[in-house]
Amino acid sequence: MITAGIDMGSRSVKVVLLEKSKGDKPYALKHAHLMLPGELDADEAAEKAFDEALAAAGLGRSDVKAVFATGAGRKQVAFASEGITEMSAGAKGANFMFPNARTVVDVGAEEGRGIKTDAEGRAIDFAGNEKCAAGAGSFAEAMSRALQLSLKDFGAASLKSERTIPMNAQCTVFAESEVVSLIHSSTPKEDIAKAVLDAVASRVCAMVRRVGIEGEVVLIGGMVHNEGFVQSLKTAMDVDQVSLPEHPEYISALGCALIAAERLH
Amino acid sequence: MNAEVKAAVAPEKKEFWRWQENTWFDESRNWRDGSIVTCGIDVGSVSSQAVLVVDGELYGYNSMRTGNNSPDSAKNALQGIMDKIGMKLEDIDYVVGTGYGRVNVPFAHKAITEIACHARGANYMGGNQVRTILDMGGQDCKAIHCDDKGKVTNFLMNDKCAAGTGRGMEVISDLMQIPIAELGPRSFEVDEEPEAVSSVCVVFAKSEALALLKAGYTKNKVIAAYCQAMAERVVSLLERIGVEEGFFITGGIAKNPGVVRRIEKLLGIKALDTKIDSQIAGALGAALFGHTLMQKQGAKKAA
Amino acid sequence: MIANYGYKDGSGDYYISIDTDKCIDCAADRACQTACPKEMFETITDDYDDEVTWVKRANCRTLAYDCTECKPAGGYTSLPCTSACTPGAIRHSW
Repeated sequence: MITAGIDMGSRSVKVVLLEKSKGDKPYALKHAHLMLPGELDADEAAEKAFDEALAAAGLGRSDVKAVFATGAGRKQVAFASEGITEMSAGAKGANFMFPNARTVVDVGAEEGRGIKTDAEGRAIDFAGNEKCAAGAGSFAEAMSRALQLSLKDFGAASLKSERTIPMNAQCTVFAESEVVSLIHSSTPKEDIAKAVLDAVASRVCAMVRRVGIEGEVVLIGGMVHNEGFVQSLKTAMDVDQVSLPEHPEYISALGCALIAAERLH
Repeated sequence: MNAEVKAAVAPEKKEFWRWQENTWFDESRNWRDGSIVTCGIDVGSVSSQAVLVVDGELYGYNSMRTGNNSPDSAKNALQGIMDKIGMKLEDIDYVVGTGYGRVNVPFAHKAITEIACHARGANYMGGNQVRTILDMGGQDCKAIHCDDKGKVTNFLMNDKCAAGTGRGMEVISDLMQIPIAELGPRSFEVDEEPEAVSSVCVVFAKSEALALLKAGYTKNKVIAAYCQAMAERVVSLLERIGVEEGFFITGGIAKNPGVVRRIEKLLGIKALDTKIDSQIAGALGAALFGHTLMQKQGAKKAA
Repeated sequence: MIANYGYKDGSGDYYISIDTDKCIDCAADRACQTACPKEMFETITDDYDDEVTWVKRANCRTLAYDCTECKPAGGYTSLPCTSACTPGAIRHSW
């Protein structure tokens, strides 16, 4: 039996096809596919990404028993039978990868949130901020542009810094001018990068604290790729270990497909 | 063959956000006839103003963009008006600094917060019936209640977030490639009034504005949606302290009818009129504070 | 004067308001300053030459985070600052 999860994010569409298997793990990942919508409208993008994923897996639409959607644009996925919140999908997906995960930190481009989950991967509490760019990846992205570094180099640069300089601005728009003046005052790029990532981490951490930090901590969302951010987050949360999935961008789509499979039972 | 020449000259990057700098003085009077000359300097995060008050009445001002550092911005703002009227620093009896850079005004005798100065300035500009002041500055937004003397009774400020500030407007002006002074008038040139942009955050509002353009909105309609969002935003701030009759708006955005008319509509109150540049309220209040202090000291300029 | 320190952003309103009329001659000996675990309160001379307490400028932009520990999730049944302020000058908006 095959189920599909579609994550309609603000930047990309992710499709995961999941197969119920006969091995010791009840489910196996059949295929994961990521597509940038480009000029397409959300509904067209969902259709296209789904068809591409099916073609790559050698399947047809009739092979898929259920399609569930998540993400900010989940309502645009007309062929999905149900919409799942990002919290539920993220918690489920993280639990599949790390069965001991109890605290899931989800930091994407436009939102950051903390999710508390139980042993079955159900979200039992969450705190997030999706209305302000300062607590999400786009804050770091905007600042890396000001420093003319890619987001990845930006993260790497921050690891080289041993200084802690505070960022006064709490707003992405204001922080851009603050970074520009730091550049003018010849502050090393490494130190600025660290200051920026520390700032995002401390805001994310404050949200996670609202649900409480316990058990294994898993970070999902696009910021997993940013080593500097991961380090800043560990320091802010005061934990030694943050588990990182190999393909963080698919976690929500995966969780969505898992929930779809469970509902079919 | 002149293609090379053309390529060598980079096209000038137009700065749509750039607003009009402004100098004025009262030509009907001569400051030399006055007995007390005080000066207020407001070094804001975006703009700096120097205001001269002669015997408690507004005499002249200069408003310009804040430069790289506060001391120079303060000096330049004051120099701009002094040069026009042949005044020297020694001719000024008392200088009060205000605004976020107020402690860095090198020649100031005293620093007073912009909250108190705006209330005092608004009391002069709009008259003593002013009770509620909304100041929409470059990087902050303030809501102030004051009494008939311009003394603050209640205030709140928001300088954490760019939404509802001049900076938020500049971002949209740049995005739409339309000069900032045209935004207000253009926001009324729409077939129907659109819903407000739903994101509060300027970063997200930018993406939303682009999506609206893609969905077929005209630029004017996007601007209208943004002006409406800005109005809703500041009205929600104002409601925290309440709005009383005698409503007055100061700061750069007071010059944007697209936002002002929408605020008035939401509140059901018309803002009081003034002929004085809305951006000088803080510096004017500072100069008036200086005048009061001089009077208290009983000091007179040597004849 | 009611002084509101804090901010509003996309996620909500976070203001600490201080009624300075109750604060000028503090009957609680400025107990708020020691009660706050983040030491956010301090005494200043305001524009009308009154000695009053305010919230430090740096905290005004981060209240939602700074106050997290004292909000119900942190285990406090009532806020340390408002409890310490017996004249009742301090209020939180959220």
